Amino acid sequence: MSAPMELAVVGAGPAGMGAAAQAAELGVDVTLLDEQPAPGGQIYRGVDRVLGERPETARVLGEDYRRGASLTAALRRSGARHLADTAVWDLSVRDPDSGALLPAGEGLTLGLLRAGRAEVRRARVVVVASGAMERPVPVPGWTMPGVMSAGGVQTLLKASGLVPGVPTAVVGSGPLVYLVAWQLARAGVSLAAVWVTVPWARRLEAAPAMLAAVGEYGQIAKGLRWRRELRAMGVPLREGVRDVRVVGSERAEGVVGQVGNTEQRVAAGLVVVHEGVIPSIALPRAAGCALHHDALRAAWAPRTDRFGATSVDGVLVAGDAGGVAGALAAEAAGRLAGLEAARRLGRIDAGTRDRLALAPRRALERALRVRPFLDRLFRPRAEVLAPVDEAVVACRCEGVTVATLRRLARAGCAGPNQAKAFSRCGMGPCQGRMCESTVAGVLAAGLRRDVESVGGYRVRAPVKPLTVGELAGLAGLDTPPEIVGGVPIGARRRA
Amino acid sequence: MFQRLDAPSAHVTFDFEGRSIHAAVGDSVAAALLAAGVVDLRRSPVGGEPRGPWCLIGNCFECLVEIDGVPSRQACMTLARDGMRVRRQRGAAGARA
Ligand SMILES: Cc1cc2nc3c(=O)[nH]c(=O)nc-3n(C[C@H](O)[C@H](O)[C@H](O)COP(=O)(O)OP(=O)(O)OC[C@H]3O[C@@H](n4cnc5c(N)ncnc54)[C@H](O)[C@@H]3O)c2cc1C
Ligand code: FES
Repeated sequence: MSAPMELAVVGAGPAGMGAAAQAAELGVDVTLLDEQPAPGGQIYRGVDRVLGERPETARVLGEDYRRGASLTAALRRSGARHLADTAVWDLSVRDPDSGALLPAGEGLTLGLLRAGRAEVRRARVVVVASGAMERPVPVPGWTMPGVMSAGGVQTLLKASGLVPGVPTAVVGSGPLVYLVAWQLARAGVSLAAVWVTVPWARRLEAAPAMLAAVGEYGQIAKGLRWRRELRAMGVPLREGVRDVRVVGSERAEGVVGQVGNTEQRVAAGLVVVHEGVIPSIALPRAAGCALHHDALRAAWAPRTDRFGATSVDGVLVAGDAGGVAGALAAEAAGRLAGLEAARRLGRIDAGTRDRLALAPRRALERALRVRPFLDRLFRPRAEVLAPVDEAVVACRCEGVTVATLRRLARAGCAGPNQAKAFSRCGMGPCQGRMCESTVAGVLAAGLRRDVESVGGYRVRAPVKPLTVGELAGLAGLDTPPEIVGGVPIGARRRA
Repeated sequence: MFQRLDAPSAHVTFDFEGRSIHAAVGDSVAAALLAAGVVDLRRSPVGGEPRGPWCLIGNCFECLVEIDGVPSRQACMTLARDGMRVRRQRGAAGARA
């Protein structure tokens, strides 16, 4: 095994860049790991290349995107080591050779995959800044080719400067729906429909939370501006749309939904769906960090203290991975985690940490003021969490439908892990990322319990797929912990 | 299906089931295929119906393809390279690498 890392930061989004730069500025030897080819994370993906080489893409993405370049510049200045194209497939408190628990203070074990080779490295402190992923959107027809997530379409835009060349429908809830529609419209994409699924009643529910956002109305104003400009560009924007389904035979051909009092059908070669984002917590889970379920945001997140420290010694979490709060909050939370890491590594004392924490703490608190409003306005509807249409596919990998899950609930199935044993849901290559919220939602509804008590899937390494070839490179590992054979898990059983 | 906003500065070319795909340097295999009009990348090993990329950030595993003989590679997480040979994933997620 190569030399231990002092501080490993997983994820080079605003949170990870903030943590890495902050700790490096204080003299910590920082290794920032990210599976993307360049720093930026989801929001600022590819920012340096886009600003340098792709003027039209940069224009379409808008002003907010440019901010990313100041973060990548600060990261470069800080002296943190950035390992691009490096996926982290395990985070553990065990010794990779013996499988025994590492004594407290002895650090953590990370599994990395770089250039087709798996390796295991130790790190004294780890900041997990793995960001968020989009919530599954289990509506009829969502498994057809030609249905993509809003973040996915945006990823094509940021990474490759690609925009849809066919009439496109954008459907769903959350700021990203407006943002992506606005970006596509600016790029001249033919938008057949933009259907926002936020129920009208949510506006009333959210309104009182506007008070908490006093002084921070910028975000809300931005959302209103996207809407206004979409209308001004002639985009058919409809709100309060219900009962959406994707239609087509072998691929998406359009969407049907209840718009006001009428059912509307719109033809579209690409259907873009989105129902919000949830923390990516595969690594904290693999490490055994205690989680809590946030009922309002309908998502699991690691329990942390004010600096991001989790229940596992040496593991900190920052940014959307610790609870979705957007890029500005992520950047500040990253700085706070970087300070705490520097304290643990003996570079600063607690007093210095607290003094240096004042500015990022203020930035974080300001960025959070608008969240109560956004969280209430875009709270996922019951049918997103527990679809009523029994034919809807909940687990895409294994083709498990809502009907099957309901049957399991009626039979008294205790939770997602038991459902997995009975129906294979969550056993496919995505390791349950795309079905966990639906499986838990349908079981909870059927059992009349809350999702917190129904629970989530147990997660085991590798949290990223490994092939046998890649594993063969694993030096210094006699008995790979719980890894038997690699390849996405669904592939293994059929081999 | 998708088109480019800016002319790419450099190209790579790879083979997709006998067809030459020209991609921009920095494209993932999935992005290059979508730009070339290929939307379905595999069939569900359970129901057999076609599937295509959904998330493009490595979470959904709907973009699994065979690359240079190795099955179950995520097309959205693999950079397109000159001379690669890419095929749709067939049936069951395939044999082990
Ligand atoms: C697809 C997508 C697009 C989004 N677009 C926008 C947008 O345009 N505007 C906006 O305001 N918000 C957007 N968001 C919300 C966004 O999550 C936050 O605004 C912000 O990016 C959060 O910052 P972060 O640093 O916490 O995480 P992220 O920016 O998500 O960064 C996390 C990083 O961790 C890396 N990573 C994760 N797991 C691993 C692993 N196991 N191994 C190696 N690397 C790993 C990822 O590659 C990523 O670079 C988007 C979210 C998603 C999911
Ligand atoms: S498209 Fe989701 S993993 Fe590749």
